[in-house]
Amino acid sequence: MTLLWIALLPLLGVLVPVLNAQRSRLACSLATALLPALALLLTLIQIPALLDGETLRFAVDWLPELNLELALRLDGLSLLFNILIMGIGLLILLYAHFYLTSHEPVGRFYAFLMLFMASMVGISMSDNLILLWLFWELTSLSSFLLIGFWSHQSDARKGARMALTVTGAGGLALLAGLLLLGDMAGSFSMGDVLARSDRIVADSRYPLMLGLVLLGAFTKSAQFPFHFWLPHAMAAPTPVSAYLHSATMVKAGIFLMARLHPAIADSELWTVVVSLVGTITLLYGAWFALFKTDLKGILAFSTVSHLGLITVLLGIGSPMAVLAALFHILNHATFKAALFMSAGIIDHETGTRELKQLGGLRKAMPVTALLTTLAAAAMAGVPLFNGFLSKEMFFTETLETPVLGGLSWLLPALATLGGILSVAYSLRLVHAVFFKPAREAPPKSPHEPPHLMRLPVEILVVLCIVVGLLPAFTATHLLDLASQAVLQRPMDFKLAIWHGFNLPLMMSVAALVIGAALYWRHSDMRVFTRQFASVDARRVFERFVVMIGYRAEQILAVFEGNSLQRYMTLLLAAAFVMGLIGLVQVTDLTGAAGNQPIDGVVILGAVMLVFGGIATAATHRYRLISLLMLSIVGLFVALTFARFSAPDLALTQLSVEVVTMILLMLALFFLPQKTPKESSPLRNVRDILLAGSLGLVIASLNYAVMTRETLSISNFFVENSKPGGGGYNVVNVILVDFRGFDTLGEITVLALAGLAIFKLLNRLRLFIPHSDGEGRVWSPDRYPAILTSVSMTILPLALLVSAFIFLRGHNQPGGGFIAGLITAVALILLYMARGVEWAQERLDFPFQPVAVVGVAVATLTGLGSWLFGSPFLTSSFGYFTLPVVGEFELATALLFDLGVYLAVVGATLMILANLGKVTTAHRPVTEQTEKDAETSSKANSKEPR
Amino acid sequence: MELLYAITTGVLTASGLYLTLRGRTFPVVVGLTLLSYAVNLFLFSMGGLTTDGAALVNEGDGFADPLPQALVLTAIVIGFAMTAFVVILAMRARSEVGNDHVDGKKDDRE
Repeated sequence: MTLLWIALLPLLGVLVPVLNAQRSRLACSLATALLPALALLLTLIQIPALLDGETLRFAVDWLPELNLELALRLDGLSLLFNILIMGIGLLILLYAHFYLTSHEPVGRFYAFLMLFMASMVGISMSDNLILLWLFWELTSLSSFLLIGFWSHQSDARKGARMALTVTGAGGLALLAGLLLLGDMAGSFSMGDVLARSDRIVADSRYPLMLGLVLLGAFTKSAQFPFHFWLPHAMAAPTPVSAYLHSATMVKAGIFLMARLHPAIADSELWTVVVSLVGTITLLYGAWFALFKTDLKGILAFSTVSHLGLITVLLGIGSPMAVLAALFHILNHATFKAALFMSAGIIDHETGTRELKQLGGLRKAMPVTALLTTLAAAAMAGVPLFNGFLSKEMFFTETLETPVLGGLSWLLPALATLGGILSVAYSLRLVHAVFFKPAREAPPKSPHEPPHLMRLPVEILVVLCIVVGLLPAFTATHLLDLASQAVLQRPMDFKLAIWHGFNLPLMMSVAALVIGAALYWRHSDMRVFTRQFASVDARRVFERFVVMIGYRAEQILAVFEGNSLQRYMTLLLAAAFVMGLIGLVQVTDLTGAAGNQPIDGVVILGAVMLVFGGIATAATHRYRLISLLMLSIVGLFVALTFARFSAPDLALTQLSVEVVTMILLMLALFFLPQKTPKESSPLRNVRDILLAGSLGLVIASLNYAVMTRETLSISNFFVENSKPGGGGYNVVNVILVDFRGFDTLGEITVLALAGLAIFKLLNRLRLFIPHSDGEGRVWSPDRYPAILTSVSMTILPLALLVSAFIFLRGHNQPGGGFIAGLITAVALILLYMARGVEWAQERLDFPFQPVAVVGVAVATLTGLGSWLFGSPFLTSSFGYFTLPVVGEFELATALLFDLGVYLAVVGATLMILANLGKVTTAHRPVTEQTEKDAETSSKANSKEPR
Repeated sequence: MELLYAITTGVLTASGLYLTLRGRTFPVVVGLTLLSYAVNLFLFSMGGLTTDGAALVNEGDGFADPLPQALVLTAIVIGFAMTAFVVILAMRARSEVGNDHVDGKKDDRE
């Protein structure tokens, strides 16, 4: 349970700054720091248990069908990362408190930061492959928000987009890889996967899986050739860079390689690919770091280089190499976070990060200068700093690996080269900023930052030195636990500063000396590199993105080309071809069951339907007539349902028909009454042919299915309707019980449609025509007397009928849908007979809440079954006896049906009453609007007048 | 009887599709409504055509298949909601764009 809290607290922490955003910044910062501090504490108190050799685990089923488990683990590796993520995270919070200017939305910034922290903790603690991937994607998303935090800057937006594209694409590859991995291991649980290395490596899909997983890890950890997003992510505020590029985001890929190391690293392929990519990245990053003139740019490329170093070590994969990798993860996080924060301080105090504007800052900022120098020394691998220890271990391992056979000397040589470059750029960073005189004056006159802003840097630098001086005392336990988690067995090692005069020491010394010399000759090298054309990764990337968009548009233009008609034509043609292919394979159109005999009523119905359908299409230019023809079809469809044993459908269709017709007539009032003749005869013929042939396909298909014996799953419903659902009317029991979830979805859609229409009608500018399509002025006789009195008389009756239909629904045709529609129709009749104003006065309440309450009632009924330990929407029923009434049945399904009823009434009236409101007195027809109407209708449509 | 039913469905489908290919919003809405009738009839018939066999388990044997009925019932109501939405959208489009062409353009191409 503690594990769940460790993961949950940072996530809850997202809300804290949002809720406290209105308070003072100090309060907001302190409140935000509280939860991660607590989570860090909870992590730390687990250490004794871990030292006893336990792997802590917490698991709850989430979606077992997708192999997704909410499973968390805390082993040595998670411990190391949790400490880094939350420890450095807290320092970053402190730093950001001072870094952001007073007008920047600090609450939002903290919220993004906490979201990012929570997702990193999630990655570190996931004990399920899919869960790990979920958090992985969450880091991509939240880092997008962080990098693009200064969204008014084009650089920030583009950098964020690039980071998201690269890491997001890598994330998709990773998902594929993890799914394969889980399939190969036969389990998605981390423990199982890690224990089944033999099976995984022997699988024929292993290379594919490895490629995909590494693609994910390499994109995230900015390995060559995916490194280019990282320098551009420097457009982020410095606290973000310090956090993302030292301890967290880019370490996620490294973490993944370390985490899956026991499962997938035991192969030649792994060693070659990972150490090769790592070596290239190591050198590439170090080389470019040497020539950047932007302070953060130098740090960014040095990060790329150090990530390469760790990757090489993981690629080598021997126990000591893994240990060195873990040690360097820790060391790099400390000195790089310190350096980024120093860079931020310099930027903050001088207003620039350009080297040529900086220089001689030693005098103005002596403490910062000292701190930066110490951290840079750790980065360069100067003895007595932590960076020296892990770099020494790295040199040792490169000497001992036989990966390249006869060329094995190459790796140590390249490693030394990397070391040389790293010394050179560290030296340059310190010297150019603090010692060399500046060529141009910085925008602001520099001075020391507030002490508390420097505090995080001080803490980290002290750590660098303490670990460097007393490695055995400080880091042994942590690394012991972490390496056990990666290697799956304990290993014997001793961290020490002095190993005697040996080759690795010589390599370190060589790196220091040659590196210093290299920096001394720096200007010569710059002349050398200037000969090569530089490639701006961002421009290439942007061009690529634009190209994709352009091609997509081209393809889209072919199919759609901004014309619904063309789109429809292609869609229908495709449907026709598919249908035809299916039909050609059918040997006998008439199936075994054959035709049932015809009677006169059926013929009459069919004739009317066919007539109605064709007439609707034929008269479509005269819209009102077309609408009347459509109503014939609707009516006869209802009769068809009644004829073929579907009374519920017939009732529904009938009431929907009424509502639809009123709706369409109302809408037609605002639209042109006639359709201009536009289509050429050729086009008409083409459309008729296309529609006709699709009609033939549908008819044949329908005929073929109907004349065959069907296998139905309905027997289950029929048999269980009474015993399981407590109703005789199977259709209704299916709706409110067996498939209640579907129905819930459907009434939600209905309510949403109503709400959307309500919003669409809001501030709708309409002109009200003063006459119909023939130019006849609307009748002034507004409310016919007979209709008025009849509607008044009918209302209570209709309500009674709808109550009756509603109550009997479970056992007889009826139910919530039908009753709701009948109620709605009765009320609408009132609107029509007496006018909107009259009805509005008497029905003075908005219908939106009714629909929402309906959906809520249905949902709560479903949730209610949880109280009794049953699954969502389980219905129960019982029989009760009341005097006079006698025995009757009560089912929770009835409550659900009540929700349906309310949703239908609410949504229908919301649609029609609101539309009706637009028609009348609320929009008085003045001469002016009439004139407008005339001119605009003349201008807008080619209506024959 | 099945043949007649199938022909009817086919004719309604064809009429509805023809209307959806028109260039003005209102006929397209009418066409969609017509098409939804056809689709409902089609789906309904998937359980076969049964005479005098309403799916009430307390009344005799030989029921019509209740499952397509339940599906079609909700489809009818949803169909109404969608028709309403589309037609209001058409009104809104006319008020925003100034004409009722489906693409919001006045010129009649082809």
